[in-house]
Amino acid sequence: MGLARRLAALTVAATLATACSAPQGPAPAAGGAGDAFVIGLGSEFENLSPVLGFAADGGSLMFDGLMRRAPDLSLQPNLASAPPASSPDGKTVTFTLREGVKFHDGRPLTARDVAYTYTTLLDPKTNSPISGDYSAIEQVSAKDDRTVEFTLKHPYAPLVQRTTLGIVPEGGIDPAKPVGTGPYSFVSWTPGDKVVLKANESYFGGAPAIKNVVLAFALDDNVRSTRLAAGEFDAAILPPKAAKRFENTAGTKVYRVDSADYRGIMFPMKEKVTGDLAVRKAFDLAVDRQAMVDTILAGSGKPAFGPISPDISWHNPAVTGNPRPDRDQAAKLLDEAGWKLGEDGVRAKDGLRAAFTLMYPAGDSLRKELALATASDAKKIGLEVKPEGLDWDAIEPRMAKDALIMGYGSPYDPDYLNYELFHSSYQGKGFFNPGYYANPEVDKLLETGRESADEAVRKQAYTDFQKIIHDQQVWTYLVFLKHVYVVRGDWQGITPSVDAHEHATGGLFRDLASWKPGK
Amino acid sequence: MIKLIAWRLAFALPLLLAVTAAMFALAQASPFDPVRQYLGDRAMVTDPAVVESIRANWGLDRPVVEQYATWLGNLLTGDLGDSHSFHRPVAEVIAERLPWTLLATSCAIALMLVGSLIAGTLAAWRKGSWLDRLITGGAFANESAPVFWLALLAIYVFAVRLGWLPAGGLSDPAATSLDPLDVAQHLVLPVVVLAVSQSSWLVLYVRESVIGTLREDFVVGARSRGLRERTVIVRHALRSALLPFLTILGARVPELVTGAILVETVFSWPGVASTSVQAALSVDFPLLAILTLMGTVAVVAGNLLADLAYRVADPRTRAVAV
Repeated sequence: MGLARRLAALTVAATLATACSAPQGPAPAAGGAGDAFVIGLGSEFENLSPVLGFAADGGSLMFDGLMRRAPDLSLQPNLASAPPASSPDGKTVTFTLREGVKFHDGRPLTARDVAYTYTTLLDPKTNSPISGDYSAIEQVSAKDDRTVEFTLKHPYAPLVQRTTLGIVPEGGIDPAKPVGTGPYSFVSWTPGDKVVLKANESYFGGAPAIKNVVLAFALDDNVRSTRLAAGEFDAAILPPKAAKRFENTAGTKVYRVDSADYRGIMFPMKEKVTGDLAVRKAFDLAVDRQAMVDTILAGSGKPAFGPISPDISWHNPAVTGNPRPDRDQAAKLLDEAGWKLGEDGVRAKDGLRAAFTLMYPAGDSLRKELALATASDAKKIGLEVKPEGLDWDAIEPRMAKDALIMGYGSPYDPDYLNYELFHSSYQGKGFFNPGYYANPEVDKLLETGRESADEAVRKQAYTDFQKIIHDQQVWTYLVFLKHVYVVRGDWQGITPSVDAHEHATGGLFRDLASWKPGK
Repeated sequence: MIKLIAWRLAFALPLLLAVTAAMFALAQASPFDPVRQYLGDRAMVTDPAVVESIRANWGLDRPVVEQYATWLGNLLTGDLGDSHSFHRPVAEVIAERLPWTLLATSCAIALMLVGSLIAGTLAAWRKGSWLDRLITGGAFANESAPVFWLALLAIYVFAVRLGWLPAGGLSDPAATSLDPLDVAQHLVLPVVVLAVSQSSWLVLYVRESVIGTLREDFVVGARSRGLRERTVIVRHALRSALLPFLTILGARVPELVTGAILVETVFSWPGVASTSVQAALSVDFPLLAILTLMGTVAVVAGNLLADLAYRVADPRTRAVAV
């Protein structure tokens, strides 16, 4: 059997597995949940090392950062004893460490461990995928046992947001036996199967009530749903439709958590059709976001009009719109701009048809459904959108020519992602700004937001930035997703926050250590 | 005997070299980007400068021949390199997973041998009966069924419908340590499916072979001497029918390797075989190359062992050159 056939066979196998697991089996596999709290996750961790990017935004259960996020997303000292002190030029930031913190192996936490963690992450030899996020840091040094000093290349306001990165002991951690300071310590990792954690009884924030935690990996949504129903899992992350059956089930509770996770359409700015502001504005008016939320997301979402979610304090309330389409207004805009309806139902201007290709990653069913829905909405105003499902490797070289459905979104700092997605210095750099958007005014606002230490100045910069992105329809944003979690049993202390695009152990489970049995 | 081994080894070395070179060429021609696979979901939010620096650190920007020479040189000094997709040294990944594959496949081989010897002999002994037809028909049907289909059927029947056995994994999700009984329970379905999927040809072969020897003079003689039927079948017919069987077993090792890959993948068994799928999809060359080498060695060694066993069992072949 050739490799191609074998892979094809595997694909069929995966499809069949879905089909097989869909019926409701009468009995679970042998063994109940026991005393461990089992969480069913849809994807496996690539590694458990914070310097390689594991849970850099917090919520890892095993590691603590200098700072942590409260459910309202405000930053609070964690391994640091107080918020950091910044020098007047904004280029030196100093943290003082909490006293008496110990790693799981008994070693005391010192400033050298913090310096080691950041220095290793920034070392090009580490091959850390997240080193770009920390590139503003010149160096991190231990002044004494409890004082860490960050020296920056340029003033970088979101630095404190970045210090949720988990701290590892000096000398590094064995990838097979990670050691941190967090509320849970590592027991074992069976690749492809699960990670087992146990409570850190001497945690500085108090011993967790849940003593054993198992993070089980089940890639297939139906498998996760079935294993949750069978009692094998105590909690799971599910797609909205798979979570429906648990809504009226006794003993389980469904949490729909707001997120900053959006799906939107990136337009190539240098193409004749998508580069025309009138086309983009009319397209924005034609999209039926409410229908997408109601049908494609089964109600678990919100219409999106800009890159920053309305659930976040940085949102500009002026960036909004009608979740229902306004086709008359869209048609008027196109007529005025010279795009006249042709006999085939597609508009044209000077012989150029109002048509463009909309790419989406072929394996992603959500983006596929969104692409098909926008294509049918656009057709109603005389725009021809051709959806095309491709592999990422095929999408990448075409991003400057064809529109693409992308998904991003971080609730933490407006500098995250937006700088890279809209700053002209990132034009054509991989997946950042692939549409070659360049606007000196936006560049200036993003730079001000990144460098200013004054919250009011930053707020104004991002308010103006959102307005420009919306007015120019650089992207057409479609929906913000809600992440759906199902939890079995009665627990106190579950505090939904606003999720980011990625959600491994973070999300609802980031505060697992403070959950308490309800009765 | 020594000469045969020396010949085979002399032949195996260039073969292994050719296999690694072909592997390398294929990995180069693959449309997948190893750095993208390494980054996973994070590829979309990783600074392009970081991507380039990782590419340079891995030497992926060097000429192909140089990359291959470096890898080969490291291999000869015992350095297997680091697996990109597992973020760990290849030697560690293999050491951790190989025992599970060996456990599953050796159990499957043992079950397959015993099972098909019994079924094949029964069919030959009662040739033409309903039992023979059932066994022969079943074997043909089984041979035409793909392994993964059989595996999914087994999961559907025994795990989903009946709930007797777990559907996959190495141990119970809530278990915090490895309990031998728990692992044994998880071992049942993969082993049985692998054994059954590989046993059709064995059953049919044993049947043919035993039917052949039952007609031989010495069997007729043994029967006419009034020996018990069981003694005739087991001690005389089966024993002499077993000889060519050894060669066939060796020649079937490639099928067994393929079967193990599919079975481990479907049952989420954490062995090396399922790892090769992940390594191939993420163009994890250091890991994929070692796994392919191991597969090649298994096939070469299987054939060699079969030939050696044949020589031990049948003195006539010892004089014949390779």
